Amino acid sequence: MLKIIARRVFVAIPTLVLVTLIVFGLQKILPGDPLLTMAGEERDPQVLAFLREKYRLDDPFHVQYLAWLGNVLTGDFGNSLRTGVPVSTLIAQKLPVTLQLAVMAIVMAMLIGIPAGIIAAVRKGTVTDYAANAVALSGMSIPNFWLGIILIMIVSVQWRLLPASGYVPLTEDPLQSLRTMLMPSFVLGTALAAYLMRHTRSAMLGVLTSDYIRTARAKGLLPKTVILKHALRNALMPIVTLSTLLFGELLAGAVLTEQVFTIPGFGKLIVDAVFTRDYAVVQGVVLCTAVGFIFMNLIADVLYILINPRLRHPQ
Amino acid sequence: MSVQAEAIAPRRKLGRTATKFLSNRSAVFGGVLVAAFILLALFAPLLAGYDPFATSFTSIRKPPSAEFWLGTDELGRDIYTRMLYGSRASLMAGVVSVAIAVAVGVPFGLLAGFYGGWVDAAVSRVTEALLAIPFLILAIALAAFLGPSLTNAMIAIGLSATPIFVRLTRGQTLAVKTEDYVEGARAIGLPNVLIIIRYIFPNVLPPIVVQATITIATAIIAEASLSFLGLGQQPPNPSWGSMLNTAKNFMTQAPWMSIFPGGAIFLVVLGFNLLGDGLRDALDPRDN
Repeated sequence: MLKIIARRVFVAIPTLVLVTLIVFGLQKILPGDPLLTMAGEERDPQVLAFLREKYRLDDPFHVQYLAWLGNVLTGDFGNSLRTGVPVSTLIAQKLPVTLQLAVMAIVMAMLIGIPAGIIAAVRKGTVTDYAANAVALSGMSIPNFWLGIILIMIVSVQWRLLPASGYVPLTEDPLQSLRTMLMPSFVLGTALAAYLMRHTRSAMLGVLTSDYIRTARAKGLLPKTVILKHALRNALMPIVTLSTLLFGELLAGAVLTEQVFTIPGFGKLIVDAVFTRDYAVVQGVVLCTAVGFIFMNLIADVLYILINPRLRHPQ
Repeated sequence: MSVQAEAIAPRRKLGRTATKFLSNRSAVFGGVLVAAFILLALFAPLLAGYDPFATSFTSIRKPPSAEFWLGTDELGRDIYTRMLYGSRASLMAGVVSVAIAVAVGVPFGLLAGFYGGWVDAAVSRVTEALLAIPFLILAIALAAFLGPSLTNAMIAIGLSATPIFVRLTRGQTLAVKTEDYVEGARAIGLPNVLIIIRYIFPNVLPPIVVQATITIATAIIAEASLSFLGLGQQPPNPSWGSMLNTAKNFMTQAPWMSIFPGGAIFLVVLGFNLLGDGLRDALDPRDN
C-alpha cells in the first residue's frame, strides 16, 4: 500500500514543476511591464536600471526561473512590489482567515448536501426527489456574490441578526468569530452543497440496486441500517474524492465571498494585488492555491486507497 | 454498405435524441429560458425604453415604477434598459469564451488521445498543471496580466476552461480509438488526419456538446464575477456583473439595483444548466 501511495506522490512532482513554470511564465509572456508600475510616474532611467538588476530581468528566462524557483523552495516568494512586505508573511497572515471560512463552508455543505442526496436517492422519483434536485440546480446557478448581497439585505439590514461584514479572529472571541463567519460560509457552502447532493444521490442510486443491498434487506435488517451502514459506506468513496476536488471551487468562491463580506482573507489579498498590479503577490497566491490543490488531490487518492481495500494491492 | 449504414444510423439516432429531449420538461424549460434571453439580447434596442448611457439627475435611484420598470441606478439610468444591453455582454462572454476553450482544447485532446506516447504525456501533464489552478483564480490572474476589459475577460475565461475540454476529448478519443470502424479505416489505409476528422471527431462530439453547454453557464458566472470585481466589462458599458459591482454600494438605499441583474444571471445560468442536463440525458446511449 505504501508503494502505491509513494507512486502517487511521485507522479505529482512533474505537475508541481509545470505549475511553477506556468505561474512564473505567466507574467513573462503576457504584456505589461511590472517595472514601469514599480518605478512610479517619473520612470527615472536609473531607477529602472537598478530594478532591472535587482530582479535579474536581463538574464535569460531559465536563469530567472531557476533563481526564482530556488527562492520559492526556501519559502521566499519575494516581496510585495507595493509595500515591501514579504509575500510569505502576507500569505501566512491571510491564510487562516480563508481556511476558517473554507472549513465552515465545507462542513455546512456536507451537513446539507449529503443528507439531502441520501433522501433524494431513497425516495427516487417522488416529489421530495424532484424538489431536492430543483433546489440543488438553483444552488449551482445562483452567483454566490449575489446571494451574499441579498442575504446581507435581509439578515443584516432588515432583521439585524448577523453582522454584515468584517472578521473576528477565532482566538479573540470564538462566538463572535463564528457569528461573523456564519453568513459568508453559508453563501460559500450552498454551491458546494448542491454538487455534493447531486453526487451523493447518483452514488447512492448506483449502490442501492446492487446485490449486497438486496441481501441485506432480505435478511431483515432495518431500512436505516441498510441505508446508512451498507449503502452509504460504499457510496462514500466518490463523495470523499469530490469533497477534496471541490477545494478549488471553494477557493475561487472565497475570492468573491470575501469581497462581498469584506473579509480580509486570501481572496481579498489576490484581488487587491491585481488592482495594485502587485505581481509578486498574485504569483505567490496563485502558486499557493495550486500547490494546495495538488496536495488535496493527493489526499483524495490516499483516502480512496484507504477506503477501498481493492485498490491496496497493485495488479 | 458501410457508407449507407453510416448515413442512416446517425439520423435515426438524432430523431430519438430529439424525442427524448423534448419529453424532458425541465430541459425544454431550460431551452426556453435560454432562447428568451437570446431574443432579449438581439432585440435590445427595440425593447429598451431609454438610452443605456443617458444619465439623468432628476431620476437618481428611483424604485421600480410604471415609468422605470426596474428602477434607476445611481446616475439615473434606466436599469431595465441597461440590463437588456448587459445581456449582450453576458451571453457573448459565455459563448465566445467557450468557443475559445473548445477551439483550443478539442484539437489537443484529439491529438493526445489518438497518438498517445510522448504527445499524450506532454499534453496530459500540462493539462493537469492547469487544472491544478482553480478556474476563477486562473481567470483572475490572466485578466489581471492582460488588463481589465470584456475581451480580455473572455480570453482569460476561455483559456482557463480549455483544460476541461482537453481532458474530456482525450478520454473520449481513447475510448473511440479502439472501435472497429476506426480499425477498418486504418486497414484501408486512410491517413491519420482523415481518420481523426471523419471517424473520431463526430463520435466524441456529443459529450463535448454537453460539456460546452454547462461550461457556458460557468463562463457567464465567471464573466459576472470578473466584472463584479472590476476586471471585466468597464463602465459605463453595462454588464450584469458590473451593475452588481456598483449596486453593492447602495444595498440599503436601492436594493432593486442588486436584485434584478443578479436575478437575470441566475435565470440564464439556470437555463444553460437545465439545457446541459437535458442534453446529457438525451444523448446518453445507456438508456436507449
